[in-house]
Parts: sequence; C-alpha cells; structure tokens
Amino acid sequence: MRTLFLLLSVFANLAAAGENQIVLKDGQGKNLVISQCAMCHSLDYITMHANILNRAGWEKTVGKMINIMGAPINNADKQVIINYLARNYGK
Amino acid sequence: MVDRRHFIKKAAGGLAALGTWSLSLRPGLAADLVATDTEAATIMDKLPGKKALIKKSFRPPNYETPVNYFDAPFTPNDAFFVRYHHSVIPEVKTEEWRLRIGGEGIRTPLELTFEQLRRDFKQVEIAALCLCSGNRRSLFHVPGVQWGSGAMGNALWRGVRLKDVLAGCGIDKSAVEVSLDGADSAMHKTSPDFVKSLPLAKALDKNTLIAFEMNGEPLPHWNGFPARMIIPGWTATYWMKHLTAVNVLSKPFDGFWMKTAYRIPKARFASGQFNSQETLTNMPITEMVVNSLITNLVDGQLVPNAKSMEIRGVAWDGGEGIARVEISTDGGVRWHHAALKQDYGRFSWRQWRYDFEPKRLGEYRIMARATNKSGDSQPFKPIPNPSGYHHNAVQNIVIKLT
Repeated sequence: MRTLFLLLSVFANLAAAGENQIVLKDGQGKNLVISQCAMCHSLDYITMHANILNRAGWEKTVGKMINIMGAPINNADKQVIINYLARNYGK
Repeated sequence: MVDRRHFIKKAAGGLAALGTWSLSLRPGLAADLVATDTEAATIMDKLPGKKALIKKSFRPPNYETPVNYFDAPFTPNDAFFVRYHHSVIPEVKTEEWRLRIGGEGIRTPLELTFEQLRRDFKQVEIAALCLCSGNRRSLFHVPGVQWGSGAMGNALWRGVRLKDVLAGCGIDKSAVEVSLDGADSAMHKTSPDFVKSLPLAKALDKNTLIAFEMNGEPLPHWNGFPARMIIPGWTATYWMKHLTAVNVLSKPFDGFWMKTAYRIPKARFASGQFNSQETLTNMPITEMVVNSLITNLVDGQLVPNAKSMEIRGVAWDGGEGIARVEISTDGGVRWHHAALKQDYGRFSWRQWRYDFEPKRLGEYRIMARATNKSGDSQPFKPIPNPSGYHHNAVQNIVIKLT
C-alpha cells in the first residue's frame, strides 16, 4: 500500500506547534533524547510514562523502539537515553 | 475519610476531565498548559476540525473525549476521540481513494472507487460503540497511552457490508482470516505498518461494515475519512481507519499488531475466541466486556443544594445487550435499579438514569454496575493483564453534598 501513500498528499503535522509546549526535565542526555525520540513521536510519550516505568521498564521500551519500531539509534546513544529516562522519569 | 484538600485537588482534576476548562479556553490558547510529569494538568487541545479534547499525545495524535459528552446518546463527530499508532496520516481525497480487495484466499481481486463502494452495495446503518482496547489504562499503571475514560464514543455508522463486497470475489475454501490496512503509516519504513486481521467468520458477519458516514455526516479526517471498518462488539483496534486494503488470507496474519500487540491472557475475560491467532497462553483481544460509566459526576465532586439529583451514565458490552444497571450510593451496601433509556440496538451503549434522593448532606460513595443479557457483570477490581486492556471494574466515586 505504500505506493498509494505516495499518491496521497502527505499530511503535514499540524500538531507540531503544540509539541513545543512539552518541556523535558534538564539532565544529562536530554538533547540526545529530544533529537532521537522526537524523530518519530512527540515527547509527551515520555512525560506520560513518568512514574509508570522503572529502569527495567525504560530499557524494555527503548529496546522496543529500536528493535521493533526500527528507530536508528546506536548502542552508545541507547544507553545515554535509557539513563536519562530512568533518572528523570523512572518509577 | 476524605479531607477538604483532597476534595479540592480531585475535583479540579475531575472538572478538567469533564471539559469545564475547555469551555473557558479560547482556540488560540488551546494547548497552553505545560506537562512535565503525570501529575501535570490536563492539556486541552484542538485538532483541525475538532473541538478541544483531552490531549494524550500530539504525534501520533491521541486525544480523548471529555466525559460530559457521553451524556448524549451519540457522541458528536467533532468531539469523538482520536487514536493513531503512527504519525504519517495522509489527507485522503475521495476521487483518488481506492479500496483493493485481494489475498490468496479469493479468486478474483477487486478494486473499488469511493463511488462504486457507495453505489454498488446495499447501504446499512448501525448504532455501535467504538471503544479503544486501552480505555482507562491509566488506572492500571502499565505502559501505553495513559487513557482516562474518554477513549470511546457511540455513533450511527452508515456503510456497506464487508460480506457483500467480498461476495463477488469468490472466497476460497482455504480462507481463514481477513486482513485490513489503512492509509496511515510510520515515519520509518522499518516500523511495522498498522495492519489487523479478523477471523473469516467475523469478517463475513452481517454487522461488519465498511462505513463512510458517522452520525449522518462524512467521517471526520481524524476518524478515518473516507471509509473505515466498523466491527460492532469488538474493540476499536480492528476498526481500521482510512481503509485501503482488504486481503483474504489462507493462513493467520503474522504482523506485529496481531502477534505481539493487543493480546490478553487466555481464559481471563468473558469475551470470544480468535482460534487462528491463539497461543497456549494468550490471544488477541476481541469483544468488549460488560462495563459502565457515570457521566454526570466525577470523583471528589462537590454538589451544592442537592435535595434530589439524577445520576446518569452509559453501559455497554460486546453485543449481548445490557440487562440491567444497578446503582449504590452507600459504597456497595445497597443496590438500586437504574432506569434504562432508549435501546438503539445491542451494539450501541445504553444510557441509564437513577433518581437519588439523599436524606442528609455529606459524603456519598457512588457506584454503578452493569450486567449483560448473558449474566456477565462488572468485577469490583480490575482484571490484571500486562497491557492494561478491558478495564471494567465498578466505578467507585465519592461526592460531597453541601
């Protein structure tokens, strides 16, 4: 069906303006988290899971984003991202 | 029992969920609250063509409906919840739209234009509740979109039967499932496309529709324009939006969204089978379980000057139909029958009302419990499952008459 998608006018993301309202906590790795995670989804996916995922939960989630959803994130960056999320948004 | 501070805090959150705040927001201020953690204020935001809804995520867009809209039998299109898995959502033009019917399980593939879909098959209209599998997930404290009670809506859906569309294609004896794909896709080609499948029998059920109208209007963009699947009784994960492909398959579909996602432990819920997709331990979610929601009160609400008041809500199940709804105003000691309102069919939710005449001021613990025509009723504690589906525990809210 991907050929059809190309024939259809791709919808520019009108919600992007609202995304600027989401503010992540300051901490080591924050900029990397923003640049890598926000490629595919808004950062409210992170704030929404504050106090729901512990370190193991964040490891599993970041692993899912890379291994299943195909996020092009290397191993070194993966660790920085997990550390930031566990430290700032861990249960 | 519940101190004043608790009441104020809970009531403020509840009122936000009820949309009271949305009424005071001007469009330009729609997304003006900042969230930094789960305790943060509710963000009301407007997608183009929609009223201000409770924003769960901007991209992909996931927005829930404030509960006060559920006081009406049918949920307005511009307040209907929005749920996407991927963020590339094309604005489909009807003249360019094609529905492709194929797969190894049919003899003659078919391609339909929007006009052909509307013109060549008998049109039917069904009232049906569209309910996200993860509605109320936030009460489970498990990962996933942290939905409150508003990832649902009741609507009149007009369309054509999938079985009528498939009839001309010649279904092969080998057919076991029918897969459904829509026009939305992920940012990365490596992400699994959102494709779902149905057991053949469910696909051929007379109530399974390809719908193009909702409450008498074309489908809103955010709810699947120009055509989407309607699978009455089943949770909304199967109700494919922006439908572009239907494939009849001779073996079970093995995509991520069937094999891994949207699965529940076996034998834990009173819902139906999906034999071709079951493992020893788990199975895909199927029918909605019996459930209810109070729509005119929230936990912690202060009710002034209340001599008599109406408690209102909705109740639903996976298509057996609601037999009764019972209300308790004393935390479950005594139960009273609510009056069921108009019946729009077994796939619609059923509105109910109860006249409460309190004898004194103070706190009351209000509960609502629905039972369907098979005798299934809501549990008092949610049934645990890893992904937080099927939350149907009896609501238990405290209001304070002042």
